[in-house]
Amino acid sequence: MTAQPNPRPLFSGNREANGLSYYGAPTRPLYWSVWRELWENRSIYIAPLIVAAVQVVGFAISAIGLAERRRGVLLLEPAKQRALIEQPYDLAAMMMIFTMFIVGVFYCLDALHGERRDRSILFWKSLPVSDLTTVLSKALIPLAVLPVISFALVVCVQVIMMLETSVVLIFHGMSPATTWTLIPFFQNWATLLYGLAVIAIWHAPIYGWLLLVSGWARRATFLWAVLPLIAIQIFEKITFGTSYFGLFIKHRVMGFAPNAFDFRGHANPTIDSLAQLTPGKYLSSPGLWIGLVVAVAFLAAAVRLRRYRGPL
Amino acid sequence: MACIEARGLRKVYGTTIALDGIDLRVKEGRILGLIGPNGAGKTTALDAILGLTSYEGELKVLGRDPWNSRDQLMCDVSFIADVAVLPRWIRVSQMLDYVAGVHPRFDRAKAEGFLAKTTIKRASKVRQLSKGMVAQLHLALVMAIDAKLLVLDEPTLGLDILYRKQFYDSLLNDYFDRSRTIVVTTHQVEEIQDVLTDLMFIDRGRIVLECSMEEFDARYVEVMVHPEHVEAARALKPIHERLVFGRNVLLFDHVDRDQLAALGDVRRPSIADLFVALMGKEESR
Repeated sequence: MTAQPNPRPLFSGNREANGLSYYGAPTRPLYWSVWRELWENRSIYIAPLIVAAVQVVGFAISAIGLAERRRGVLLLEPAKQRALIEQPYDLAAMMMIFTMFIVGVFYCLDALHGERRDRSILFWKSLPVSDLTTVLSKALIPLAVLPVISFALVVCVQVIMMLETSVVLIFHGMSPATTWTLIPFFQNWATLLYGLAVIAIWHAPIYGWLLLVSGWARRATFLWAVLPLIAIQIFEKITFGTSYFGLFIKHRVMGFAPNAFDFRGHANPTIDSLAQLTPGKYLSSPGLWIGLVVAVAFLAAAVRLRRYRGPL
Repeated sequence: MACIEARGLRKVYGTTIALDGIDLRVKEGRILGLIGPNGAGKTTALDAILGLTSYEGELKVLGRDPWNSRDQLMCDVSFIADVAVLPRWIRVSQMLDYVAGVHPRFDRAKAEGFLAKTTIKRASKVRQLSKGMVAQLHLALVMAIDAKLLVLDEPTLGLDILYRKQFYDSLLNDYFDRSRTIVVTTHQVEEIQDVLTDLMFIDRGRIVLECSMEEFDARYVEVMVHPEHVEAARALKPIHERLVFGRNVLLFDHVDRDQLAALGDVRRPSIADLFVALMGKEESR
């Protein structure tokens, strides 16, 4: 990006009074471009909202037999009590993270393709918004907007679940305090926030790749994004009898976990204390930085490509 | 300073030459009509001017290189392609928010004022508007931008005659002043004849004719020749001849007006007639 030769004035003056042929109102292209994405792709918040609603309703229905189950749970040793009571809350968070990933993938596949398909790219390009700003605004959806939405919804869902539990337990003459005391909500939310950030930046090259394909392919963006990866795996298997590429893909999807968290050798990965979060180890893992470099390269290619691209 | 200046502007798609090294100079305050048959290179020329396509040769628009600084250029240039480019999912109010948020020269109050004269509702989505209303919306947005250059590529395509007339009327009355420049392409030539200050015919990537409308009026004369003078008229070497209701209509370039008046009814040719005359010659060459 080249610098603007004449920085425009920050405050608009009276055009007639000062005789200038132009006035400059302060603009926020990136901010408004992100809004633009939310207006166009309402699935960004509607899909997580539906998942949240399903979770709340589903949990409410399951609460029918809650009092009975809770009595049984309270007979167990404290560690198991906590694990069992916490389980549906963890499940809600996991489902939301999974939803976020799916929505992010399909959003990215359409992000730079849709504007070419409906010819609106001609309108967007008639405004003083650079290709860099446009591509960045689209990359920010899976990297920042979706994690924030997911976090907010998980917190809401878990609070509602806790209230549902409390009401049912009080109704059955039991103390709801077992839920509040056994589940460290604020600690879990801190872990969730950390986890969402970890996953977003670990997955950055995936989103970068999908954005690049959506800017490049004339049609069938999903196939163009996925088939080459499958083809390489098949080729590798047939030619060398190995499956390193498959492991590499798996590592890119799931590999954040062993670096960002210390599961203390548990087979069933659980996070019981904030000491299990290992941001230092995560930030010093080469996989993260290689991924980020690749993501930047993909996004730079997508920016360059958009310059050449017109309507389909 | 010239608003648009091109030297040897050339664009090749594979084996097709879309622009074959054209020279172009559009001064500030002009309304240029770019006329040509389909596939003549009009849209390629406009795309190059708007920074939507790369090119060979030299091109400066408002002193900038469009291909390398499209986003900055668009502060000073507005563009209406045809009515189909506004995103169909957007609401009118969102559109106003967005353009106001990204465009330093957009006057929202002005756009609201233009929209108030139409039946377009703020809460409507573009897909709910008729084609004519979409054109009104786009025009309202563009007229509220204090741009130096406005590029119109078939802006009234598919609109009925009322909307077409209204489109150019608004443009001339509420937008155009001598500090702005407009470049327009259209196949509905007759509707813009009185709007233009300059005329350019383009065919197969080359400029066939380039003149101001004053020159056009001075140079070209059409005569509906009296039957007895047909031979005499033909001797003056018309550039085109056609039959209208059994009468010969001859088009002359650079022939004395008084001399022609003696042969029949003299009148101002339409751009469309001149276009047919010149392009027909091109075809037969």
